[in-house]
Amino acid sequence: MSSPHATGDGGRNGTGIPVATATPKAKMSKRQKAKISRGIQYGILVVIAVVIAVVADWPTLIDTFGRVDIAAGMLPDVITKALKNTVVFTGLGFVLGLAIAIVLALMRLSSVGVYRWIAFVYIEFFRGLPALVVFLVMGFGLPVAFPGFILPQLVVIMIALALVSSAYMAETIRAGIQAVPKGQVEAARSLGMSSSRAMFTIVLPQAMRIILPPLTNELILLTKDSSLAYILGSSVDGRELAALGRAEIVNSANLTPFIVIALCYLIITIPLSYLSRVLEKKYGSADSGVK
Amino acid sequence: MTSSATASATATGSPLISIRNLQKSFGSNQVLTDISLDVDKGEVVCVIGPSGSGKSTMLRCINVLETPSGGSIVVDGMDMTDLDLDIDAARIRIGMVFQSFNLFGHLTVRENLTVAQTKVLGRSRSEADKVAEANLAKVGLSEKMEAKPGSLSGGQQQRVAIARALSMDPDVMLFDEPTSALDPETVGDVLQVMRNLAEAGMTMVVVTHEMEFARQVADRVVFMDGGVVVEEGPARDVIGNPREQRTKDFLSRVLHPGQLG
Ligand SMILES: Nc1ncnc2c1ncn2[C@@H]1O[C@H](COP(=O)(O)OP(=O)(O)OP(=O)(O)O)[C@@H](O)[C@H]1O
Ligand SMILES: [Mg+2]
Repeated sequence: MSSPHATGDGGRNGTGIPVATATPKAKMSKRQKAKISRGIQYGILVVIAVVIAVVADWPTLIDTFGRVDIAAGMLPDVITKALKNTVVFTGLGFVLGLAIAIVLALMRLSSVGVYRWIAFVYIEFFRGLPALVVFLVMGFGLPVAFPGFILPQLVVIMIALALVSSAYMAETIRAGIQAVPKGQVEAARSLGMSSSRAMFTIVLPQAMRIILPPLTNELILLTKDSSLAYILGSSVDGRELAALGRAEIVNSANLTPFIVIALCYLIITIPLSYLSRVLEKKYGSADSGVK
Repeated sequence: MTSSATASATATGSPLISIRNLQKSFGSNQVLTDISLDVDKGEVVCVIGPSGSGKSTMLRCINVLETPSGGSIVVDGMDMTDLDLDIDAARIRIGMVFQSFNLFGHLTVRENLTVAQTKVLGRSRSEADKVAEANLAKVGLSEKMEAKPGSLSGGQQQRVAIARALSMDPDVMLFDEPTSALDPETVGDVLQVMRNLAEAGMTMVVVTHEMEFARQVADRVVFMDGGVVVEEGPARDVIGNPREQRTKDFLSRVLHPGQLG
């Protein structure tokens, strides 16, 4: 197993023959030590995998988590309804949250003290609040506080997710805007652009390079937070992945739906992680004329 | 409003830029004490002086990138310190070139030259393109129309920045040490573009350390130190035969850097 490494390193060592002969034979080079320690780590991993494979009660495990018939029974609703709802909830919450976040970021950078202060309080407040609390207040607190003022379920979820994500995104956007050199604004203003025109045509597009990767990460976090919608209860058609999973587990008295639901979340989040990495690679290296 | 102001300025023969008793403080740090300076239409004024003497600050007060603390600045009949002035409209007529170029990094050269034309002046895309092409030709970079600023050398970027400012058809151009951030071998191209501009009759205020350029191109040289204008006059006087001791000291430092102990 370690042979490919040996040849690989051997080839590289071959180029450094004078160095190799110069060092005393008794002492191991750093590279050799690293190779041995890596070998030991791989060995431990293999042992753990073997132990699990031997000790695990495979028939019971498969019977509990891997019942193909139950998984198949969840189709196509798990995709056409639950997965779709999760995407819709997350998408709507994200878009509203992003709009709020842009406003908050601009308020944070405003020359008007009151705006800065309001944005600061909002951000500090919602950044520290667990998503669960926001959902509870939105779903159960507000209807009690304002009787008769009942919002559609979708709107409640959308606002709750927007509140959860906007504070964090506002800080990301503010940092991105501040990373754009002041000279860009000065050049834009000297060409007669108003400050808002300069912000939207010159600063924000350049800030996006810095903002996009962390924003994609926030979208992943929000996808998972959308699972909290289940505590609000919903019609059968309004269930997102987590709610459907819970219902199916109760129905089937089996944990297979967990696995199906987990796979569905991964279907959403893995492409997003990939996108985030691509964006980071694309924009991470500053090849622009920005100085 | 603009056309009548221009007409009155030219009719009375008053200077294009008129700075009176300009003061500027940053907090308790008074950077400009009392600056008065006139620049006539078509004149090239070079501003020289030691680092920290307030040259950039003075230049940036002219288009109100810095808000003056006192005094008055009139450009082309527009009172730049008047709070009711439409500052965005006023700045259209004052081109500015920065030490660090400040090209818009996310836009191509073409877009750098057209974005303000279309969004601020309201020119059509094709009209803006024509103006951009003409100005890029003027700075000798026609082949770089679709390039991104990041792929250009410093000297090329600065020439694009000049073309960008020219594309707004300004009445006056302000230059803040346009060659200070450049590799020595690209300085000449930028200075040549500025020389051509001066010959074409552009009104220019140039903060620079290029004494040779000032000597050859400037109609007038202004020496600033400690937030005041110490000495001003034709280049052959201020650079060639200065009256003030502070000017002499400064010039001997820049012209013969090796000989100072
Ligand atoms: N935005 C600012 N805030 C605070 N102080 C400033 C600011 N801009 C300039 N100053 C101060 O004003 C003084 C003059 O600066 P200025 O940039 O005008 O000098 P300069 O003559 O252009 O110098 P240089 O040749 O180094 O460019 C300096 O002491 C500087 O620290
Ligand atoms: Mg300066």
